[in-house]
Order: sequence, then C-alpha cells, then structure tokens
Amino acid sequence: MSLARDIITIAAVSAGAFFFLAGTVGLLRFPDTLTRLHALTKADNLGLGLVVLGLLPQAGSLRDGLKLVSIWLLVLLAGATVSQLIARTARQGETAK
Amino acid sequence: MNIATIFEIVLAAVVLGLGIWTIAVRETYSATVGFVAYGLLVALIWVRLDAVDVALTEAAIGGGLGGVLLLGAAARLRDGERTVAETPGMVTRVSAVALSALTTAALAGAIVFLPDPAPTLAPTVVGHAWATSLANPVTNVLMAFRAMDTMLEKVVLLLSIIGVWSLAPDNAWGGHPGPRHRADPDGILVFLARLLPPIGIVVGIYIFWTGANHPGGAFQGGAILASMWVLAIMAGLTDTPPVARRWLRFVLVAGPGLFLLVGLGGLWFGTAFLAYPPALAKPLILGIEVAMILTIAATLGLLLAGAPERSVK
Repeated sequence: MSLARDIITIAAVSAGAFFFLAGTVGLLRFPDTLTRLHALTKADNLGLGLVVLGLLPQAGSLRDGLKLVSIWLLVLLAGATVSQLIARTARQGETAK
Repeated sequence: MNIATIFEIVLAAVVLGLGIWTIAVRETYSATVGFVAYGLLVALIWVRLDAVDVALTEAAIGGGLGGVLLLGAAARLRDGERTVAETPGMVTRVSAVALSALTTAALAGAIVFLPDPAPTLAPTVVGHAWATSLANPVTNVLMAFRAMDTMLEKVVLLLSIIGVWSLAPDNAWGGHPGPRHRADPDGILVFLARLLPPIGIVVGIYIFWTGANHPGGAFQGGAILASMWVLAIMAGLTDTPPVARRWLRFVLVAGPGLFLLVGLGGLWFGTAFLAYPPALAKPLILGIEVAMILTIAATLGLLLAGAPERSVK
C-alpha cells in the first residue's frame, strides 16, 4: 500500500516538475508577453496541481490534505488574476503605441 | 552527499547570486524584483533551518509588503533617475569597499570562531514553557521572555508611520493617504478584491491564533490582514481613512499602548516590568496580541498607502 502511494507521488511530482521546467523554458524562449504568460500559467496551474496531487498520498491527515488543496486553489486564483492584469496592461500598451 | 544537501547548496548559491545581482544591476526596478525573489528564497532557507516562524515573517515582509513598498519607491524614482546621473567620487567608493570588506571579515570571523557546541538558550526556553502555558517557544520568547524587545519593535512601527505621515504637504495634512484608486467595477481586480478578503481574514486570524502552539503569530497574521485591506483599497472598493480620524489613531497606538499598560501593571502588582502573574500569563499575552494584530495590520496598510495626499474636503 505504501509502495503504491510512493509510486503515485513520484509519478505526479515528476510530471509537475516537468510542467514547471516547460513553463520556465517557455518564459525564457517565447517572443512576446502574451505567449510568455501562456507558458507561465502552465507551471502554476498544471505543475503545482500535479505536485499537490502527488503530495496528497503523503499527507498525514485529512486536514493536511485539505490545506494542500487550498494552497493550490489560492495559487490558481492569484495566478489567473495576475496574468489577466498583466495581459490587459500589455494589450493597452500595444494599442497605445 | 544526499539530495537534501545538494538542494541546500543550490539554494544557497542562487540566493548569493541573486544578492550580488540585486546590488550590481543598474535599474532600480530590476533590483527591486531581484530583492523580492531574494526574500522568498531566504524564506525557503529559514524553512530548511526549521525556523518556520522566521520564514513566515520573511515571506510576508521581505517578499510581500516590503516588495510592494520598494516597487512604489522605484516607480516614484523612475522619473528622477534619468536626470540625476551622479557617480560617487573615488574617496566614497574606496571607503565603501573598505567598510564592506571589514564587515564581511568580522562576520566571517564570528562564524569561523564560533565555540563548539554553539551557545544556546533553546533548552532553557523550552524548559520554562510552563510559565506561560504556550507551546510555541518563539511566541514565548517574543511575548514573555524578551517581551521588552517586541514592545519596542511596536513603538518603532508607530515611529515609522509618523515618519511617513510627516511627508504630507500642509494642505493635505489629516487627509486620505495615497491616491484614490479606481478600477473597472466588472474587472478581474475588483472580483479578486471581493472574493479573497473573506478567505484572507480567516487565514490571518488562524495564523495569529495558532501562533500560541505552532509557528505563526500576530506579526504574520497582521501582515496577511494588511494585504487584504490593501487589496480592497487598490481595487477602489474602499478608500484609505483620513489620518486625522480618532479611531485610526487609537488602533495605531492600541498594540504598544496595551503592552506598556500590562508592563506597568507587572511593575505595580508583580516583581518587574512586564512580569505576568503565571495564572494570568496566557490571557494577558493573547490580549496584547489581539491589540497588536490590529495595530500591525493598520500600520502596514497605512505604510503602503503612503503620506496623506488629499484633504478631507
């Protein structure tokens, strides 16, 4: 049972780390603000989501698990809001040019 | 060498690199962004050192509110930066290098010649936890064993807000700090400012409440409450209160004031300044902390809002 949990953790956290890596590469390589934001949201949403999913089997109690999930939800909310705001500012900057 | 050690070495190297970059980079804005990232990574180091209380404070102040303050300062400096292009003279540079080298050498010497085992008061602190019936040793040190330091720290907060307010022009004195923010009422910022504060207020109070027995406390909780207030102000949902308001002044002095009163009570009824009677230690400490979290939240929020700019009329 413990082995199965460990396998889930390793698989999900590795997948999460891959999305963080891909998001970072995108942030560095993509040409403009909007595409860079697109890359970055993958790290926040999917990457952190998978890391949290992977950590859930290791959580000692329901309380700890709920805390992990709520951290992910809060980061989702913050990430979505900030990328909206940055994208809007970037577009206004473009039309002003 | 295990994975944890490799992680620690990489973390330390990145923090050092970020520190050097923050100093070396030309633009104030980039330096500020570097400093915020630096603060968040230093918080990770504190977690690795099992100092979660310090990590929470570093993340909230070094990475969060301090970062916002510095970003505001960088935005104000941006216009002046192009016109002011003075380079420090040779004497200034040489003495700066000499002083930095001396400080580094002193710090390095202090670490190299540290006695082994390092002197620690931690067992004494843990051994005396019964005196307050609080289980978190950090809260015990901050609120009981070294309560004087914490009280003076709150006085410093008060002095800092007086310093900011004294920058107000004469006609705006007593008025609202900072500009009146306006945002699209159907926009995403207003949506967040309506959705997040209920969660943030619960989390802030939880961090304060859990500080009695687990990492957390009034400062970290107060910083979260302050950020919720600032979010509502930035979204234009509420305005900053005029600094002449009686209730606002009362909230700002409540923390240090109550602390001082309890301290004098200790002198009057007990044995020493800030001596709590053991039976009343926990309620007294919690009472001071409730006053402090309000003071901290109000002070940090007003520090971010800046000097009064608009008169009440």
